[in-house]
Amino acid sequence: MRKMLTIISNVLRASTKKNGAQAVSEGARVVVSSRSYADFTPQASFDIKGCDLHRLEEGPAQQAVLTREEGLQYYRTLQMMRRMELKADQLYKQKIIRGFCHLYDGQEACAVGIEAGINPTDHLITAYRAHGYTLTRGGTVREIMAELTGRRGGIAKGKGGSMHMYTKNFYGGNGIVGAQVPLGAGVALACKYQGRNELCVTLYGDGAANQGQIFETYNMASLWKLPCIFICENNKYGMGTSVERAAASTDYYKRGDFIPGLRVDGMDVLCVREATKFAADHCRAGKGPILMELQTYRYHGHSMSDPGVSYRTREEIQEVRSKSDPISMLKERMLSNNMTNVEELKEIDVEVRKEIEDAAQFATTDPEPPLEELCNHLFSNDQPLEVRGTHPWTKLKSVS
Amino acid sequence: MALLRCALRSGKDAVGAILRREFHKTSAASLQMTVRDALNQAMDEELERDELVFLLGEEVAQYDGAYKVSRGLWKKYGDKRIVDTPITEMGFAGIAVGAAMAGLRPICEFMTFNFSMQAIDQVINSAAKTYYMSAGLQPVPVVFRGPNGASAGVAAQHSQCFAAWYGHCPGLKVISPWNSEDAKGLLKSAIRDDNPVVFLENELMYGVPFEMSEEAQSKDFTIPIGKAKVERPGDHITVVSHSRYVGHCLEAAAILAKEGIECEVINLRTIRPMDVETIETSVMKTNHLVTVEGGWPQFGVGAEICAMIMEGPAFNYLDAPAVRVTGVDIPMPYAKILEDNSVPQIKDIIFSVKKTLNV
Repeated sequence: MRKMLTIISNVLRASTKKNGAQAVSEGARVVVSSRSYADFTPQASFDIKGCDLHRLEEGPAQQAVLTREEGLQYYRTLQMMRRMELKADQLYKQKIIRGFCHLYDGQEACAVGIEAGINPTDHLITAYRAHGYTLTRGGTVREIMAELTGRRGGIAKGKGGSMHMYTKNFYGGNGIVGAQVPLGAGVALACKYQGRNELCVTLYGDGAANQGQIFETYNMASLWKLPCIFICENNKYGMGTSVERAAASTDYYKRGDFIPGLRVDGMDVLCVREATKFAADHCRAGKGPILMELQTYRYHGHSMSDPGVSYRTREEIQEVRSKSDPISMLKERMLSNNMTNVEELKEIDVEVRKEIEDAAQFATTDPEPPLEELCNHLFSNDQPLEVRGTHPWTKLKSVS
Repeated sequence: MALLRCALRSGKDAVGAILRREFHKTSAASLQMTVRDALNQAMDEELERDELVFLLGEEVAQYDGAYKVSRGLWKKYGDKRIVDTPITEMGFAGIAVGAAMAGLRPICEFMTFNFSMQAIDQVINSAAKTYYMSAGLQPVPVVFRGPNGASAGVAAQHSQCFAAWYGHCPGLKVISPWNSEDAKGLLKSAIRDDNPVVFLENELMYGVPFEMSEEAQSKDFTIPIGKAKVERPGDHITVVSHSRYVGHCLEAAAILAKEGIECEVINLRTIRPMDVETIETSVMKTNHLVTVEGGWPQFGVGAEICAMIMEGPAFNYLDAPAVRVTGVDIPMPYAKILEDNSVPQIKDIIFSVKKTLNV
């Protein structure tokens, strides 16, 4: 299909270079525009919301330049993330995914914006709402979905599940609220120790923000000037508890006290990107840690076991969807600035949908891990050892 | 023949015991109640009975409890008695202990005992040891409760059994109920007890209904802490378990009975203080012992039972080494086939019984 479209559009481009006439291919399900890609705006500058600042003289610029290429790439990733989470919802309801499943839809701009503001060689760690980050940090949809369904092709060979996915420079996927924050500072320590110009993005939610270990981490990261960007994804609810009921101060960007902070519109991928770049510059300049609060929203409940409407209204969810959806926002910006057109975006949607379907197909047909794997991966770089089974007559084998 | 013997021996418990052979069956004077509702009823009754009792934990109030165990309590008792906490276990466990020291009787809920690890210092160092350290001046009447052990598909960080960890510590009482009567009677006892109690529930049992005898339906129904219960008498082998696996043992026993093997199934009910006497009496009768638990083998509940039997009078009555059936010695995997093979199955219990009996 894609090849055919390219051939058609090449032919049309050659013949309609200057006059921009529409040509509709009869019977085809996709409208092929004859508009030359050279007619699209290659880049544009957008006004973005300013950030509230804490212990900072100035914040990120209030304008962001977006190239067409970047825009299309962000759009594709945002859409991929959205569809992947919705597919997970479906599979969970069919009981093909089990246990805990914490979905990220609504918050995509955070993951995509952050990745756009750092390098692949930087590091990142988050809590259990981690599917989006697994994707931006190099995981494929196939291996993420197969992990959710517990198959051997999963990113953790089926042994981790939703909350325990890892890739290079991505340290999960962590189930215990707040525990990932000291871990992230530790990663930052390792970066500084080894003299690498790398930093660690350490994410946590508004619920975790009250954890003591986070304040312990703020203190040490600051004392030792660790290259750590603390990011609080404030989606207004810690499971079923609204921020007002959990926190004496909901100014999460100020909670680092002696750590400079900024509060960012987390629904706008450009805001997130610019703020991340700003924060990264701060760390790389050796100034120590910095804290970002991303104001965002999750459409689903806390997890698939939570309908998400006993502690908030459907109207509230609907309002965010209609006024602040990250994908819609990017789409409107690009369309109104002639950086793309509806057809091109639809093409991307079709490709995304296909990739998700393929991944779901794989995730539901790939076999479960073999029983021989049960006891493997207890120790790294170690001798094979014998593991006790459910009774003394079962002796199982474990290799590194 | 076994039925007759059982009827003569256990007296008024006979009817209950026979009924429980086909367990979960309703009888005229009793009603069916899930473990969840039994726990709810226990807390409701104790909250009503004593003003000083209050419940705190994550989502216990307005959300009705993460697993709905505290459903309706906030509506009935309000903000002062049912308190939603932030997600800060170390902090609120410490607050619970402090409140207990100053005269209140808190029930501190951990959403699962996995999260209690964040607060374990408060449970052990601040709660368990204090009465001893103060030479009897400072009691700590606090109950820590919540689901313990494996659930379904929740993976490594959410599936650990803490019976052995807490059972290790002097100064703590550790309870692990199985059915609804256990849940209600033991929780009420725990709340009334003047000492720190760790109450290990099981998420997979919350929705399981059991018959509640008339006695159990009373507002003053308590079960003594530190007393095990013989759920099913038998002559050939003693099978000791706690929590969800008691059910597995009873099912295994029913299957084995068809082959003429009669298991005596003991429900520990309390991990600490453990009722060794009941186990010893049983082993001295049956001469064989198998322990069954969901937790890991090393330094576990089964290991402790075996050690205690060896050190006591029952050792000389053993005709075969005591055997432990346990979870596999690995972190809990997520994939269903791996998870299913990481915990004791009924066939494992049957296999171990037969091997021990050399049949």
